[in-house]
Amino acid sequence: MEQKIIIAGFGGQGVLSLGQLIAYASIEEHKEVTWLPCYGPEMRGGTSNCSIVISDKIIASPIVDWADCVIVMNRPSLEKFSPKVKAGGILIINSSLIPDSYEKANLCVIKIKANEFAEETGSVKNANLVLLGAYVGKSGIFSLETISTVINEKFSGKPKLIPGIKEAFRIGYEIGQKY
Amino acid sequence: MEILYKKSRMLTDTPLSYCPGCTHGIVHKLLAETLEEIGAEGNVIGIAPVGCSVFAYKFFNCDMQQVAHGRAPACATGIKRCNPDKIVFAYQGDGDIASIGIAEIIHAAARGENITVIFINNAIYGMTGGQMAPTTLVGQKTTTTPYGRVVGINGNPIRLCEMIATLDGPCFVSRVSVSDPVNVRKAKKAIKKGFENQINKKGFSLIEVLSTCPTNWHMNPVQSLDYVKNEMTKIFPLGVFKDCQEGN
Amino acid sequence: MKQLMKGNEAIAEAAVRGGCRAFFGYPITPQNEIPEYMSFRMSEVGGVFLQAESEIAAINMVYGAAGSGARAMTSSSSPGISLKQEGISYICGADLPCVIVNMVRGGPGLGGILPAQSDYFQAVKGGGHGDYHMLVYGPSTVQEAVNIMYDAFDKADKYRLPVMLLGDGMLGQIMEAVELPEMKDVNSFPKKKWATDGSGIGADRRVINSLFIDPDSLEKQNHSLFSKYELLKRNETQYEEYMTEDAEYILVAYGTVARVCRSAVDILRERGIKAGLFRPVTLFPYPTNRLYQIADKEELKYFLSVELSMGQMVEDLKLAVNGKKKVKFFGKVGGNVMSPEEIVDNLVSKIEEN
Repeated sequence: MEQKIIIAGFGGQGVLSLGQLIAYASIEEHKEVTWLPCYGPEMRGGTSNCSIVISDKIIASPIVDWADCVIVMNRPSLEKFSPKVKAGGILIINSSLIPDSYEKANLCVIKIKANEFAEETGSVKNANLVLLGAYVGKSGIFSLETISTVINEKFSGKPKLIPGIKEAFRIGYEIGQKY
Repeated sequence: MEILYKKSRMLTDTPLSYCPGCTHGIVHKLLAETLEEIGAEGNVIGIAPVGCSVFAYKFFNCDMQQVAHGRAPACATGIKRCNPDKIVFAYQGDGDIASIGIAEIIHAAARGENITVIFINNAIYGMTGGQMAPTTLVGQKTTTTPYGRVVGINGNPIRLCEMIATLDGPCFVSRVSVSDPVNVRKAKKAIKKGFENQINKKGFSLIEVLSTCPTNWHMNPVQSLDYVKNEMTKIFPLGVFKDCQEGN
Repeated sequence: MKQLMKGNEAIAEAAVRGGCRAFFGYPITPQNEIPEYMSFRMSEVGGVFLQAESEIAAINMVYGAAGSGARAMTSSSSPGISLKQEGISYICGADLPCVIVNMVRGGPGLGGILPAQSDYFQAVKGGGHGDYHMLVYGPSTVQEAVNIMYDAFDKADKYRLPVMLLGDGMLGQIMEAVELPEMKDVNSFPKKKWATDGSGIGADRRVINSLFIDPDSLEKQNHSLFSKYELLKRNETQYEEYMTEDAEYILVAYGTVARVCRSAVDILRERGIKAGLFRPVTLFPYPTNRLYQIADKEELKYFLSVELSMGQMVEDLKLAVNGKKKVKFFGKVGGNVMSPEEIVDNLVSKIEEN
């Protein structure tokens, strides 16, 4: 098993923390994982992205050329990273910010109005959790128990936020499962 | 026979390497006597700079570190932070402290590092053969200002004490001279105060000592002392610029 | 238990557990997590943390602290390490132990902030003025960096010299699962009789010094330094080999680039090309003897040095191989990191050229 993921969007959308949640979930399931952020000048106000590699074996290169899944949260990221999805891979698009239609052969394209769903859960900040849900729902990579444990641990300092976060994940998860 | 006077125990037996008429020796003596009087023996770390006093590590009878040009206050900071109960002093010349190392002294002072810094100002680079120092007087001839220091070309001398005294960090900032016995006694008092402050954890003390360089000034020792008294003190007035114990 | 940690933070924690009790630094990307981490961690363990006014001051604070017996370190990235070179030279000249981290970024000048290996020469050949070396490691994973950092202060104390961890922006920023070792007991470290702790007087007083004005003493000091480096070569040389046994082409790479090369070797093997990877772990001492040995293998056609530079380590590789086999080079610079596929393509095109 090896999964390579790229997540990209604007700074402040929770791109890096979404990647970290995936990394924590991987550790929880005793997998090897690397999380590599772009730390270029773009992190100061512009776009942000990170690459995650999950594997049963020791991970050699943490650099992702071809991804099994790309999650994009804004249009520049769609343009930059959608060509990096492998044939047969998953492309998850936050259609709240990228309303354009996007079709590509050999790809599973999931369009999801993450911002609107997130607002329903109490905060637009949960948009990344909706997208995480869609990824887990589609790929089945982590058990729901794992995700619940990781959310409880990582947000233990802000217990009031946890129900909204879990709800955002659930919405995304159910949509992901349908694809 | 009764012993009336002897060399301080805080000086080694190594003969000083300074030129005849140079006042480094007097300051070494005052510093050593002070260390002895405050009971620092076996509890003190000194720092030798780059310059004429580079060999100071041979002269003081205590643990010593010799450090890169201008960096004595940084080195002293490293030592003191790791050994807060030891007495730490830095001994620096004008080029070392007011030119290449001006950032280090300002920041050590601003942090209020609990160290004592002795600054020998003889307005010239002695060790390298008499070049212009940051404290060289306007009009003063050196090997790199052969026509005398010209403001439009070489800028003005730096008054370090006055600069340091503007900071909130330092506790005691004073300029003294060793040009005559009265001033030597005052200098010793200031040096002692600098160390007492350290013992009492009052923070940073800087004592600037106006000194001579007969060799590179091309004067005899008496003329040199007169030069300090008559010329240097005009630009570098003696006095206390900051004293946290007196509320200024 | 394994935990997910960013390279910079894991390195800082490993330093603390390895006995570091004094940290002096100055901000520069991409290593800021190290001083940030140390700023609270040092106070937790009763150590000293200070943000210095410059890299120059920071390294001289390390000089003072190390000279007085503390386990002291600093970290920076390329332009900052350049500023520290004077201090490093003095530290080496005065036989002081300390640890220095360089999370290398592209240069020259202000360069960029992305990963590079262009400070290799500076790290392994001395860097400042005078004849000296440091013990230099080029870890390729966060776990390896942790393991190296954990023992770095022991090595520094043993040989009385600086240990440099030469990483790059990628190693500093990457998050991986790491197993952290136990906290070392700071009271168990050997006493440093040479350190200026303030108690010296008379014949017992200690002097930390790099000035040897008499030529014979300076010559003696240089020889003494180099006898330590001979010991390093004998005792501390480390490397790792991956599928070199029957390799016709051996990639040579260190640090994070070696990870990319490992993936490239897997791809090449899948395509039926007998490739292997030789990874120096210590960059000084360089694993010269082993490479000289490997060069004798009949089936080996050539070495390919893969670096994030215009070709620096390749010179040590050539010296090691000493003309026995061809040595080729593939590098990327500016902060761009080659992908496994690019390495594969580069090697394949070189094979086809012949």
